[in-house]
Amino acid sequence: MNPRPPAAPRLRVAVHKFTSCDGCQLAFLNLGEQLLELAERVDLVHFAEAGPVDPDAAVDIAFVEGSISTPEEVERIGRIRRASRYLITLGACATAGGIQALRNFADGDAWLRSLYARPETIRSLATVTPIARHVKVDWELWGCPVSGRQVLAAITSLLAGVTPRAEEDKLCLACKRGQAVCVMVARGEPCMGPVTRTGCGALCPRFGRACYGCYGPAENVNTRSHSRCLAGLGLAPEAVRARYHFITSQAPAFLAAGNSAQDDVT
Amino acid sequence: MKEKGEQGNEEGNERMADARRLHIDVPVLARVEGEGGLSLTIRDGELETLRLEIFEPPRLFEKFLEGRAMTEVPDIVARICGICPVAYQMSAAHALESLCGCAPGPWVRAMRRLLYCGEWMESHSLHIHLLAAPDFLAYPDAMAMARDHPDIVRRGLRLQALGNEIIRFWGGRSVHPVGVRLGGFHHAPGEAEAAALRDRLCAALADAAALVRWTARLDFPQGPAETWGDFTCVALRHPDEYPMNEGRLVSSRGLEVDIEDFERHVEERQVPHSTAFHALLDGEPYLVGPLARLNLNHDRLPPAVRDNLAACGITLPSYNMFHSIIARAVEIHYALVEATRILSDYRRPPRPWAEIEPRAGTGVGCTEAPRGILWHRYRTDEAGRILAARIVPPTSQNQARIEQDLRETLTRLGLARSDEALRHLGECIIRNYDPCISCATHRIRVTIDRP
Repeated sequence: MNPRPPAAPRLRVAVHKFTSCDGCQLAFLNLGEQLLELAERVDLVHFAEAGPVDPDAAVDIAFVEGSISTPEEVERIGRIRRASRYLITLGACATAGGIQALRNFADGDAWLRSLYARPETIRSLATVTPIARHVKVDWELWGCPVSGRQVLAAITSLLAGVTPRAEEDKLCLACKRGQAVCVMVARGEPCMGPVTRTGCGALCPRFGRACYGCYGPAENVNTRSHSRCLAGLGLAPEAVRARYHFITSQAPAFLAAGNSAQDDVT
Repeated sequence: MKEKGEQGNEEGNERMADARRLHIDVPVLARVEGEGGLSLTIRDGELETLRLEIFEPPRLFEKFLEGRAMTEVPDIVARICGICPVAYQMSAAHALESLCGCAPGPWVRAMRRLLYCGEWMESHSLHIHLLAAPDFLAYPDAMAMARDHPDIVRRGLRLQALGNEIIRFWGGRSVHPVGVRLGGFHHAPGEAEAAALRDRLCAALADAAALVRWTARLDFPQGPAETWGDFTCVALRHPDEYPMNEGRLVSSRGLEVDIEDFERHVEERQVPHSTAFHALLDGEPYLVGPLARLNLNHDRLPPAVRDNLAACGITLPSYNMFHSIIARAVEIHYALVEATRILSDYRRPPRPWAEIEPRAGTGVGCTEAPRGILWHRYRTDEAGRILAARIVPPTSQNQARIEQDLRETLTRLGLARSDEALRHLGECIIRNYDPCISCATHRIRVTIDRP
């Protein structure tokens, strides 16, 4: 009897957490039966919330949740990058700063210094930044939160040796395909769909409410024209700014659009 | 509570306790939400220092809520926690509606309860099966446990998925759902969809009852008979329901006050080893969450849930913190029974929300998040913009209690145990509280000294 050929080494996967709400890790923990199947197909070498702790292990794929907001996190993301073949950001915090990056528009450092009774025990950077400001990122998964579908699609692509497909279409296309009534045209809602990338399934418009941009900017967006539309629906310049400076405020297109909202609409 | 590789003759493994000065450091706690650590020093057989260290960076939510429109608050505060976003939306909605004098009516009230049932099921099932159960059966994690106990883990994952399904029914997705608005819901699903959901929930009732019986049979550390001293439990209490969105604040020491009086009794302090605050009730640590809720409200459970629990031989109130896993299972069973009841007469209304007019004022909300009471207070201007916010999550309320428990239980069950056994036991004790460290460090508190 011939010996069996050696089994191909299993993909080694890590899930790391930085400054975040933990919600994108649930894209794994809410997979149900598929989580057990995944655990049989890959080696989950570090995923503290699920059990395995080995933060410095060399891996094929490192999924990174959360943004960088402390000096310790700057060092840690460097170590993770050096130990990982591919680094994939998991969700809005890692990819575009997340909601906590709103402190970048205030003097966050001053908040901490003036407001903590003992600020010396708090180590925090003045700004909150996406992972790509610190290390090279191979793929980005957008969304607040990302879905299990996005995560499984990325892993399955890499297992098959192909590049994960980026979803950069505008949300409007998903609405049209799903035959949802346009809340902006029909009801004058200040929808972010025309500048936001698809991936969520157009949940908000299907529920009759305006998209609030939690998947970040789509490709080739015309934010200036969109800002004027929002102003035309009755939003004050400050409210237009707040639509961009929300959950993905550190994405360059939304950062710039928010900063120029005042000029764009007047 | 079993430990991997534990020997039959434990004494043989023990070292002379009084001869050592031991420092145990668990830099990253596994199977908890968010990042924390445990540090303890034992000198001459006595605990010298013990710290639950939380170094999760603060995210300053209360600061950037300032200036935002009140209608944005449910979507913002959901982001404090990916595991219990519904709880944040509920406490915020109740606080702002009370501020504006808006009463959304019985339909919205019932459907919010249904939504909350989904979150309790999701969060509790996740904790029992993916975070806590491996401790009791000596596995490093749920994936390993599933190889030997596939039916148990699969049943848990099914219940978790059903909870998520209820949240999706109202919110489109289970993490940061988009359906909640001030005054009610953006959208109400159709009646056929509700009937289909109800059928799937009914089919799981036997699973949930069996889960309770399974948790009650786990091997709990007992220690000497008198070891489980009592501690203060705090929860909401409602005249005729198991508490979720409404009620007065009660404690096992006889406190009974309105939620508006919370700040008169609870004080939060910054401690050097944590970016989350320690909360004390009239100067003492206290427990919030499933075991506290069950201890104070088990008479509000419907007969099917109460009888199933009674058959397990668990006496309430219980002050064995390891019984938290049973309390979670009971609440899953309850949530499932309650959800099927609410769905049995589901009607889609013409409009699923009540109008809300912004006004200047202050409003308070307090609801029962899966991990315990979640208290919010907002102050607004006439246009409904947020001027100030304060949010007190369950984990920061439990933090002082967790340290108290660690000190008492590690001492009682024996500091002479091996380093590895102590480390493991410490982690298990912490996991009984299902601490959500992301929640606990969502913000900072304003303390300005003006001598």
